[in-house]
Amino acid sequence: MSDGQVFEPKIIGFFCNWCSYRAADLAGIARIKQPPNVRVIRAMCSGRIDPVFVLKAFALGADGVMIAGCHPGDCHYIEQNYKTIRRYVMLKHTLRQLGIETERLKLVWASAAEGHILAEEIAKFVDQLKKLGPLNWRDNWRPDEAEAEAVEALAQEHAEALEVPA
Amino acid sequence: MAERIGVYVCHCGSNIAGTIDVEEVARWAGANLEDVVVAKDYKFMCSSSGQQMIEEDIKTHNLTRVVVAACSPQLHERTFRRACQNGGLNPYLFQMANIREHISWVTTDKAAATEKAKAIVAAAVRRVRHHKPLEPLPVQVNPRTLVVGGGIAGIQAALELADAGYPVILLEREPSIGGHMAQFDKTFPTLDCSACILTPKMSEAGQHPNIKLLTYSELEEVSGSIGHFKVKIRKRARFVREDRCTGCGICVEKCPTKVRDDAFEAGLGFRKGIYIPFAQAVPRIPVIDKEHCIYFTRGKCQICGKFCPTDAIDYDQKDEILEFEVGNIILATGWKMFDCTRIPQYGYGRLPNVFTALEFERMCNAAGPTGGKIVLRDGKTEPRRVAIIHCVGSRDINYNEYCSGICCMAALKFGHLVLEKTKAEVYSFYIDMRTNQKGYEEFYQRLLEEGMKFVRGKVAEVTNADRTEEEKGRLVVQVEDTLTGRQRRIPVDMVILMGALEPQEDAFELARKVGISCSTAGWFTERHPKLDPVATMTDGVFIAGCCQGPKDIPASVAQGAAAAARVAGLISRGTVWIEPIVASIDEEKCSGCRICNNLCPFNAIEFDPVKQVSRVIVALCKGCGTCIAACPAKAITGAHFADEQMMAELEGALWDASEEALAAIVGSKSQQELPVIGA
Repeated sequence: MSDGQVFEPKIIGFFCNWCSYRAADLAGIARIKQPPNVRVIRAMCSGRIDPVFVLKAFALGADGVMIAGCHPGDCHYIEQNYKTIRRYVMLKHTLRQLGIETERLKLVWASAAEGHILAEEIAKFVDQLKKLGPLNWRDNWRPDEAEAEAVEALAQEHAEALEVPA
Repeated sequence: MAERIGVYVCHCGSNIAGTIDVEEVARWAGANLEDVVVAKDYKFMCSSSGQQMIEEDIKTHNLTRVVVAACSPQLHERTFRRACQNGGLNPYLFQMANIREHISWVTTDKAAATEKAKAIVAAAVRRVRHHKPLEPLPVQVNPRTLVVGGGIAGIQAALELADAGYPVILLEREPSIGGHMAQFDKTFPTLDCSACILTPKMSEAGQHPNIKLLTYSELEEVSGSIGHFKVKIRKRARFVREDRCTGCGICVEKCPTKVRDDAFEAGLGFRKGIYIPFAQAVPRIPVIDKEHCIYFTRGKCQICGKFCPTDAIDYDQKDEILEFEVGNIILATGWKMFDCTRIPQYGYGRLPNVFTALEFERMCNAAGPTGGKIVLRDGKTEPRRVAIIHCVGSRDINYNEYCSGICCMAALKFGHLVLEKTKAEVYSFYIDMRTNQKGYEEFYQRLLEEGMKFVRGKVAEVTNADRTEEEKGRLVVQVEDTLTGRQRRIPVDMVILMGALEPQEDAFELARKVGISCSTAGWFTERHPKLDPVATMTDGVFIAGCCQGPKDIPASVAQGAAAAARVAGLISRGTVWIEPIVASIDEEKCSGCRICNNLCPFNAIEFDPVKQVSRVIVALCKGCGTCIAACPAKAITGAHFADEQMMAELEGALWDASEEALAAIVGSKSQQELPVIGA
């Protein structure tokens, strides 16, 4: 990126077919303007989003990833978005361990009627990522003490949860 | 063998071309993306000439894959799949790039829009290389249909289908069909009697050879999908044998227990411990109210059993679970009245002469608790002045933001009935009058001429705290008249609250059972608000009447008929074709860990205890893909949403973000004017 140019984050959006993809369509139909940074990949359900997809997106140079699905309780497949919640929490832990800011991953619920909400969330996420700057995690990542401690604490936390000595 | 991909970028008139440089996108795709052999832009790809272009190119250029960058796949994926098929290509070797809804319509910056369009096209091209030919799955449609809800919309739907010669199960939770319409006295704007137009339909539904009526029954469980839903219905015990009861009513006559009827009479009247909800009920079979029956509460009585001439009373009857297979489901579950006690300042439940609209309907009804006389709660005094308050719980951010649509007309009807039957004055307190159907505005004009008084303003309070001699012993409506800008206190004798229409309390639960979605309020969501108002996102599930949103009787009837027509179309076709998007498990790779077994809400994964592997039951799989994402051995793949397809799409979408992705999309092609990553 040359000097003076504003940083435009590249974001991958994993949207479910039934609610959030249609919300994005609705935002289009209603001409709700939004930043052009999110590149949408459609899946049948947010439950289809393999955590590996998210990590792969970061590895391929995405600055942020947005997962969007139906509201809890409204899932087209009854309850699969609850599995998305679990994976989202797990991914946040993983990103922290990898030295990637957890704010780069965002989970949004948008029903097929909520084009405006999705557009707002996209705008907010783009702002947030602009503040964070480009990911470049290979270059950005420096092991520092605070982080080492955080990783240590996390390992401890997990060990306690599993009730095995660390 | 390398694929031969055709890329077509649509202008959509100026819808896309006005924001995105479509020529540049097509040129760039042709020059840079691996395996692209044809790349064109065209005014309207969905036009017949656009489709023909694809068909011809498939033949002349030996295309093996096609990408169209245009609108949302929800709109035209089927169109272009058909074009591929006509050109001799398997329809699933096609991918759509959404550059209209997701880009041109929501982006102002033209350069940024063009760049994003390139990424979306690159993603589609990259993905389509991994597509596999698929065949849609044929499903036979069971001609039997389940209609849930026996109000006017459900009755209409059931009758239409039954008359067309198809079997119908009409399910109703109350002891009789008829719904809210059976409670009404008159219907606006023609003022014909509700029972006179409804009861013939009710008895027709009750006697129709093609309709199986299940009253006092509820939907327990739904599984399966279009063509072959399996439904479980709980037929609650009414303690009266339907095969023996003749409906003579002696049991009701002799029953010594009297109970307040909160259901049909809206709390104004009484019913017996064994009762038929109303005179014209269908079926005319009584129900024992177990909570109040002397025999069930104290163990003694059985008078009804002693008097029954056909020995139809069965005190030991149990709930039954019935199972049916049906091809389609129509939901017509209607609405419930807003609980007016939620607005304490209007005094309902505290001030005796404040009535709800439903109570007033029953009061006006000649067959109702007062015999059609409009009287105060004491049962004899005629009111001198009546206030009708609109928008109680509607158009109010504290309760429901939507307009219930029908209350203005119902209020006018009430006004007319009061003026006709009594000498009272009628005041209507409205925010806006909404009378926008055929004959409605004329009815409004008629009421203005009849002398109903209209005050524009939202009522602040209904109180019995009098300030003047005139107000003594009466109710006072405190309101700001927004047309004169003055506060007014209007003493009245009776207040009618036009409560909002709300979704049924268990609407969310029912939606979950059948797999459809609701609005935030709880109204069922239609497939398209304008063009597909009775279908839902779930194939084979249709909605009609107020369960979709508040509406009047003509609209409910129209939707009932429309839903029936849609179902009849599917039945007469016999076979429907569904998307082959299902998961499959590679038994070689499966370790038998069974993680996927519990993830599937449709029980579509079974475990083979002999081979120690899991297996997908194709008929049950809905294709969400959650199991695919969870499989630690990567033994599960999803047709059309396989890992390699999703990964490829990612590479394309991020082509300008890293060397790795760039190398992937370009492949063996020479790199032309591509950016240097990281510069």
